[in-house]
Amino acid sequence: MSNNGYDYTAVRGFALSALFWLIIGLVVGLWLAAEMLWPALNFAPWIAFGRLRVVHTNGLAFGFALAAIFSCSYYMLQRLTGTPIVFPRLARFHLLLFNVAIALAALSLFAGMNTSKEYAELEWPLDVVVVIMWVIFAVNVFATLIKRSEKQMYISLWYTIAMTVAVAVLYIVNNLAIPVNWTKSYSIFAGANDANVQWWYGHNAVGFVFTVPILAMFYYFLPKSTNLPIYSHRLSIVSFWSLVFAYLWTGAHHLMLTPLPEWIQTVAIAFSIFLIVPSWGSVINGYYTMQGNWDQMRNNYLVKFFIFGITFYGLQVIQGPTQGLRTLTSFFHYTDWVVGHVHMGTMGWVSMIIAASFYYMVPKMAGREIYSIKLADINFWLILIGQLLYTVTLWIAGIQQGAMWKATNADGSLTYSFIESVAAMYPYWMIRLIGGVIYFIGILVFTYNIWMTLKGTKKTSAEATPQAA
Amino acid sequence: MSVYSKPVTFAILSVAVILVGTIITVIIPMMMPSTQPVSDYIKPYTAVELEGRDIYIREGCNNCHTQTVRPIRTEVARYGEYSKPEEFAYDRPFLWGSRRTGLDLNRVGGKYPDSWHYKHMNSPQSMFPRSNMPAYAWLARKELCTDCAFRKVSVLGYGYSEDEVRAQMNEYKARVTSQDYGSAAIRNEVTPEKLQGSLTEMDALVAYLQKLGRDVKEVQKMGSVPVAEASPTAAQAGNPFEGDKAAIEAGNKLFQTNCAVCHNADGKGHIGPDLTDEEWKYGENDSDIFSSISGGRPEGMPPFGPNIGEDDIWKVIAFIRSLGK
Ligand code: HEM
Ligand code: HEM
Repeated sequence: MSNNGYDYTAVRGFALSALFWLIIGLVVGLWLAAEMLWPALNFAPWIAFGRLRVVHTNGLAFGFALAAIFSCSYYMLQRLTGTPIVFPRLARFHLLLFNVAIALAALSLFAGMNTSKEYAELEWPLDVVVVIMWVIFAVNVFATLIKRSEKQMYISLWYTIAMTVAVAVLYIVNNLAIPVNWTKSYSIFAGANDANVQWWYGHNAVGFVFTVPILAMFYYFLPKSTNLPIYSHRLSIVSFWSLVFAYLWTGAHHLMLTPLPEWIQTVAIAFSIFLIVPSWGSVINGYYTMQGNWDQMRNNYLVKFFIFGITFYGLQVIQGPTQGLRTLTSFFHYTDWVVGHVHMGTMGWVSMIIAASFYYMVPKMAGREIYSIKLADINFWLILIGQLLYTVTLWIAGIQQGAMWKATNADGSLTYSFIESVAAMYPYWMIRLIGGVIYFIGILVFTYNIWMTLKGTKKTSAEATPQAA
Repeated sequence: MSVYSKPVTFAILSVAVILVGTIITVIIPMMMPSTQPVSDYIKPYTAVELEGRDIYIREGCNNCHTQTVRPIRTEVARYGEYSKPEEFAYDRPFLWGSRRTGLDLNRVGGKYPDSWHYKHMNSPQSMFPRSNMPAYAWLARKELCTDCAFRKVSVLGYGYSEDEVRAQMNEYKARVTSQDYGSAAIRNEVTPEKLQGSLTEMDALVAYLQKLGRDVKEVQKMGSVPVAEASPTAAQAGNPFEGDKAAIEAGNKLFQTNCAVCHNADGKGHIGPDLTDEEWKYGENDSDIFSSISGGRPEGMPPFGPNIGEDDIWKVIAFIRSLGK
């Protein structure tokens, strides 16, 4: 199924993989949320919280987000270069290898084979597979870019290139380890250096997986869905380069007040504050693109996903640097507040933009209209409400938790034992679970809608609005 | 032609741009010994402790527990001396963590007797009914695999010979399986009979937990007076709450939250000694008991001085004195 010679097999395969791993990852997330309330649910080693949490984070960051990123990248790459993918069979192999790798990753993490480094938990044999997979992807990206017929590279392609090279550097460096056997290795870095490398990686996993490629989608699919050009090209240039430059300095804001040298922490915070500027560059670019056309919020079902998505991104990049400040980090670090921060980014920004991109791309690819706009609207409201319930609750929880940890009596002794601060969280964790369920239902609606569109019960003219980029 | 129409140039430029911050904040610190200093007083893990550490990693304990006490007053009061960079010289990977669903563990070594940990790992809820920590009873049902032990310490460069590794294993096994082992009763309660004479994964994990922060505590002990002694004025004046009904009731509450875990709700002891009999290991005067509670005692009585404060300690003593003596 292709038009203009574009090959959409990998695009479609990755889109379906994304939905599959999304549902698995969310079921695991719901189970985790329940385990925090009812510890009896940890009934077997492989399902105990410590192992399962890693399946959740990896399953969603890599199984879901990365698959969606590959899907949209292969789509945008062809559309924006006016060139079919150069090695379509390699792209199909990429799809296969990806799913095998994620499945093995999930199994090995269930089995407790993990390095403990957040978002880099996979043991070394799987790291090798991931690197091979990444090289395969990069080969197609660069081959297609070099062969392209469109002369200028559009903004989204800059972000795709940045992701391709940055993730390679980050992943390889942070995973350097000496094997003990096939399932166990030790990091080559020790103590504070290991921590520093890990969070340089960890923050930039957020930067180059949850931000940069999602911005690529935003810059492409927003103008496409609205028929409006991006407001300012110059602003895109400035925010791209300053974002890509500044991100790498900020990892240590995850290590505030730890034994890491103080100057590294201070530099990290300075650059984190600076990051507000390029990040808001994109937010403003998005808002101004809609200038004079805000009626589309009502008339065009996709616009609200983009605008709410970029708004959560805008809030996220203010909350992030703020909670890194020494005074605030001493209060919020390690609490549920941070979990709230994480999920506004992932459930708000990342998943809203991915949903909108799929809603635009899948009908185009299938040559028919979306199965149901009404379901898309329901999808939107459910994931919005679920997310807000989740995040706002955990911010409040985090404030209470931080306050209980720090509360002292008149004579300087501690007011609360630790277990009292745990017990105080149960009502919040219950509301979080409910928020998660609402969000999950929204995602089921989304999956159904995309599935039915691909399956094709509704027929319309191929390429509803034929405007190849 | 601009860089926006040259993909390869663009990629190279991007790499250059991301490397600036990387080199300055990650690579250069790596070459500075002050980032990860090494000190004599911090000893590498023994082979047994290292196996325990690997179980900690395998089970993902770091997803709920941190291992860095920050230099914040309330945090030092709750956990102990704040973490120093040299403590982590042998940590590959580091295990500082990012979430505190449970407590920080960097100072847990020596805080409780082994028996406390056996009981707790076996069933956290049996000690803290409102805890949400998973039970790890099955760790006591698995024999520790020591096949890779030597390879592991060699990769990490701890410098033990193969014989030394074997000796460390045997020595620890002899310790925990001996009749005289202080925690024998509770270890045997949680360990199936056929493994009571072997090293289990639980044994290794407990060994690791007892190592956390131990070296720092040793130095502190050598250096100075015990952390929190009864202030002499308070001790001389005697218990201000003796016989005070309201205070005894408050003391009871405090006892149930802080002490009952080891001394039982009725004070008759389990992990810790019976507090209702005539026998006082460290002296029977109020001031002696005050010192035990405030500053802790070596075989696993943690110091409560920084946590609950003088007044509350006196209330607890008033409560203990009211228990059937
Ligand atoms: C300018 C942008 C941002 C800055 C400066 C920033 C800052 C921070 C800081 C300081 C923390 C650590 C909090 C703590 O542990 O005390 C954190 C955690 C986190 N942030 Fe952000 N944030 C930003 C944007 C984002 C975005 C867009 C996402 C997208 C999903 C995101 C996802 C996360 C995640 C997943 C964590 C948790 C890491 C962990 O501890 O496992 N952040 N962020
Ligand atoms: C139904 C929706 C979801 C539920 C119920 C859920 C639940 C959870 C729970 C219980 C935790 C552990 C929190 C803790 O340790 O205190 C967690 C962590 C995390 N989740 Fe989710 N989650 C959901 C959706 C998502 C999505 C969509 C993503 C990513 C695309 C995601 C990414 C993460 C990450 C990165 C962390 C680690 C945070 C940190 O280290 O601070 N989650 N989630």
